[in-house]
Amino acid sequence: MNLAYLWGIFLGSLHAMVPIILTGAGEVIGESSGLFNIGLEGIILMSAMTGALGADAAGPIVGLLVGVGTGFAIGLIFGSVCTYFKGVQLIAGVGINLFSLGLVTFWLIHLGVPGHHAVAEEARMVDISTPLGDFSPMIFVAIGLPVVIYVLLYRTKLGLKIRAVGENPQAADVAGINIHLLRLLSTAAGASLAGLAGAYISIDWLGSVTKEISAGRGFIALATVVFSGLNPLLVLLGGFIFGFFDNLAVWVATMPAVQKVIPWQFVSMVPYVVTLLVVTGVIGRVRFPAAMGIPYERE
Amino acid sequence: MDELKKTIIAGAIGFSVGALIIMLYGYDPISAYTALFNGAFGDLYAFSESLANATPLILTALTFAIGFRGGMFNIGAEGQLYLGALAAVTVSLFHLPSATGFALGLIFAVLAGAVWSLPVAILKATRGVHEVISTIMLNWISQFLAFYLIAKILVDPLRAEKTVSVAESARFSLLVPGTSLSYAIFVSLVAAIIVYLLLWRTVIGFDIRAMGYNPLAATYAGMEKWKIILFVFITGGLTAGLAGAVHVMGRPPTYAIYSGMPSVRGLGFEGLAVAMIGRNHPIGIIFAAIFFGGLLAGGRMMQLSAQVPLEMVRVVEGIVVLFLAIPELIRLLSFLRKIGTPVVLRSKRS
Repeated sequence: MNLAYLWGIFLGSLHAMVPIILTGAGEVIGESSGLFNIGLEGIILMSAMTGALGADAAGPIVGLLVGVGTGFAIGLIFGSVCTYFKGVQLIAGVGINLFSLGLVTFWLIHLGVPGHHAVAEEARMVDISTPLGDFSPMIFVAIGLPVVIYVLLYRTKLGLKIRAVGENPQAADVAGINIHLLRLLSTAAGASLAGLAGAYISIDWLGSVTKEISAGRGFIALATVVFSGLNPLLVLLGGFIFGFFDNLAVWVATMPAVQKVIPWQFVSMVPYVVTLLVVTGVIGRVRFPAAMGIPYERE
Repeated sequence: MDELKKTIIAGAIGFSVGALIIMLYGYDPISAYTALFNGAFGDLYAFSESLANATPLILTALTFAIGFRGGMFNIGAEGQLYLGALAAVTVSLFHLPSATGFALGLIFAVLAGAVWSLPVAILKATRGVHEVISTIMLNWISQFLAFYLIAKILVDPLRAEKTVSVAESARFSLLVPGTSLSYAIFVSLVAAIIVYLLLWRTVIGFDIRAMGYNPLAATYAGMEKWKIILFVFITGGLTAGLAGAVHVMGRPPTYAIYSGMPSVRGLGFEGLAVAMIGRNHPIGIIFAAIFFGGLLAGGRMMQLSAQVPLEMVRVVEGIVVLFLAIPELIRLLSFLRKIGTPVVLRSKRS
């Protein structure tokens, strides 16, 4: 067990944290405005699919953009159902998850490769090679983005408005803010980042699409948002913790020595157990927007 | 009646969008839907398969519905179902005499489901952990637990890809020979009726619905929230565990779980959709489960004769659920008709 080995684990964790941070930081915007989107899991899955096809057709950058666009489009559907049409957010989110799982599986079969679509080598993101190892450029995006979102939410007028519609939509309405529109755009912006996360998984990190590719990451991101108490900077920390355990599970699965003691199935449980424990530990110390989850209706 | 209308509208939208997607991918929607219908309700065999599919779905839908009536979003049926199925198989390892084996299989499955729902209830009641997060995490944990048990403990010594089969004497007998339909369907129907009576004819049922309708008022009326939470999740766990049991003990041909759990996976989440389509009412759920079981049976036919992948069914289901989230779906339709009519007329004239 030398230093290079530990460094390798650290690098792996960095790659594994990216989708959690991107999705979680995006969801912070949406939840600040009052919309709770449990459809993130489906958005990640769908964008992993569309992003991979986009990358196959026109390269990795286009692939990432297709992923973002897919997330944005689904975010608009979810957002309009939950704002203008006063839909129940949890149910709408479940609908999106079911739809995405069905369509991606359908799509994979349609492509003639049941279960698994590999992204062509030349369509994948190129890592930045340094003497310290290969870094995906998306790692830096994932580290920078929460800072940008923090500034947006807590240091700008727009951020104040977003938080106002989540906290007290009645007052925000009186102040002349378009509640529905702002909520719609906030959740769609958040969903685009989940889309980016999905495309990152298929184009950059894992290099293939399967119907299990999102592997609960949308829900882990939701848990990270709970852990953060809507502070994007804490999403960064939470994302790294989960990235570490996620990566640890993969790493242990390849170690015959460890496997003899602990079967891989138990190691694979660890990220989910940790998520549950962390959420249990911090809950009660965080508070959420007063109007979260409630459709806004003028009296 | 409005509830039924709403379901029909959402269904119509779901099938229309589904047809659009089928066309988009270059298949024929008419032959696809014809095959779907024939495969679901075309003859006695098809209908029996639909009912067989409905058997576990009724139970997992009840899990969600009990929670939903109490204002909770219990999506833990998936994991509790795994535990129930595993427990039912585990009992058959002990080669018990027929009646004992059968009864213990059911009892252990039901208990396993309830035990697996306990952490959710306790975390919610004591720490306020939202059940969406805890149930999803437990679903994943139980999946890996199941993978381990299937591969290491319950594995069939002769066929490594599956668990041992439930002993013949501990299985439900077939209701219609030559099909997958067993007497297990009656277990599901009775469970639905019991849940109906529980929710609408007992004090605790009234408390649950009051809590779901207006938690503040229910608390002021002196109802103890933690008791209701505990009751809701345990009852939900019981039905989900039972779903696992009726699936492995009542579904031919193998009466076992394969590695990767292809036949068990998704039954919990599909139950959620069934509950939504059945408007979270036990009687509605029975019909919704038969309808949805029919889609799954018909989906196979659609895949065979129109080459449209079976997963299309889930796409339609997702859209239906998305639209069912809209409370004023009926008003939305009349609104669309109002703004839609003049446009249509204009385009016809020009």
